[in-house]
Amino acid sequence: MNFFPVWQRNFMVWRKLALPSILGNLADPLLYMLGLGYGLGQFLGDVNGVPYLTFLAAGTLAYSVMNSASFETLYSAFSRMHVQKTWDAILNTPLSLADVLLGEWLWATSKSLLSGLAILAVIWVLGLHADFALSLWLLPIILLTGLCFSGLGLAVNSVAPNYDFFMYYFTLVITPMVLLSGVFYPPDALPDWLAGFAALLPLTHAIELARPLVLGQVPAQPLLHVLVLAAYGGAGFWLALHLTRRRLLC
Amino acid sequence: MPASPLTLKGLTKRYGGTAVVDGLDLEIAPGRCHGLLGPNGAGKTTTLRLALGLVTPDAGEIQLLGHPLPAKAAPARARVGVVPQADSLDPDFTVQENLLAYGRYFGLSQSEIQARIPDLLDFAGLSGKADARVPSLSGGMKRRLTLARALINDPDLIILDEPTTGLDPQARHRVWQGLRQLTARGKTLLLTTHFMEEAERLCDRISIIDRGRIITEGSPRALIRDHIDAHVIEIHGEELAAWRPRAERLCRRCEQAGETLFCYTAEPETVIAELDHQPGLRYLHRPASLEDVFLKLTGRDLRD
Repeated sequence: MNFFPVWQRNFMVWRKLALPSILGNLADPLLYMLGLGYGLGQFLGDVNGVPYLTFLAAGTLAYSVMNSASFETLYSAFSRMHVQKTWDAILNTPLSLADVLLGEWLWATSKSLLSGLAILAVIWVLGLHADFALSLWLLPIILLTGLCFSGLGLAVNSVAPNYDFFMYYFTLVITPMVLLSGVFYPPDALPDWLAGFAALLPLTHAIELARPLVLGQVPAQPLLHVLVLAAYGGAGFWLALHLTRRRLLC
Repeated sequence: MPASPLTLKGLTKRYGGTAVVDGLDLEIAPGRCHGLLGPNGAGKTTTLRLALGLVTPDAGEIQLLGHPLPAKAAPARARVGVVPQADSLDPDFTVQENLLAYGRYFGLSQSEIQARIPDLLDFAGLSGKADARVPSLSGGMKRRLTLARALINDPDLIILDEPTTGLDPQARHRVWQGLRQLTARGKTLLLTTHFMEEAERLCDRISIIDRGRIITEGSPRALIRDHIDAHVIEIHGEELAAWRPRAERLCRRCEQAGETLFCYTAEPETVIAELDHQPGLRYLHRPASLEDVFLKLTGRDLRD
């Protein structure tokens, strides 16, 4: 396994374009969180016993990590795979497709980690967390959430014929997930059948882990949530490896 | 004699029941330039991908620089440089950064790569362009940078898939010059091309490939000598149909393509003497080329 040069290549490009990238990945979810938290929070009062901004913080954190991992593994990875032929160029060297995909997986996770850290920093600065020591557990949760959605994104990328294809994923998967997984309101507000569906979605599990940690509580059933996220991410990566091999190396 | 850098034996690759590469045998000599010629869809690119261990054959053996493929692709590819058909340079990087990022894929350290960059830029005629961004380069410069990139690991074998397609004559000659320098330094080259002129100039040995098989092989001169008469007279004009039987009597082989009759002969003087008295016919007399061999062996039908 020699994935590091692939990660490094992406990092080299990112360094050049860091400012717009940071704005897009970090500022956008932050504006949503602060805008909705302060604005809508005025009308809502407390949600689940905490101010709306505090409630929103964990959801925004998970959502921001998901978004950043998804954009990187869809639009950016697709550019490298299909448009710029970067992966083809790398495959002519001693590196294997597994190296390329592992490098991309960890790169997208690194970018999503940065997005998550930015939201976490805001949570700390605004004092939205109840217990600092518990909030440190958000770091591995961010990492796991990043791995999960980067893995899924690479799987979608492996079957994409063009950029437009990603609209399906965003409109049919990401957006419903954001609305159902408890980013903006507690999932128990949903009718039972819909809540049951929401329980299958990976973002729900990321938020079930993150929200108690912001509110100073230990998550219920942490192992279950961790396993679901790991399973989605692992299955996504495995699928990506097989489908991309069929796409590029046949 | 040193071992062949690349040996393919009975290589077969099928896609959906069609054999794109069909029992292909190839052995290239070290330190030489070997050309792989064939019409579109003949199996050239698939053969190169097989030779690099990127595709698993359905049958046959591949030895690349002493390693069996695809099993030992990584150590074999570590000694190979590849110039792909499609541009795959990093558009976000400068010329120099492209070389740096690519060298890392071979496990080279930053200082090793930095030490090689000036020579490579010099070789590619890009010395003043180290910090230029890729989109600002001309097509010829991009191709030369791709060639320099393929040399970052100081390879023993360089594989080039249509290295001059899309370049203007000046840029093409500059690439040829570079490739000649490489063989002069003892590198082995394997290239595919559509340009017979390119193959004739660069290659010590040529394999013509069609329908997934090598149909003939030899030096450019030997191929012309063995397959075709030394002179070609291309004839056209309204009297052509009437004159054709005469041409067939005078020349060893005649072939009509559209409005033109191609006559192959060892003694053009008699034909020309007669043609000069035919006001209804126009002609062009030229020495036979590799292209004539190619068209004779692979036919004149379009392959798209």
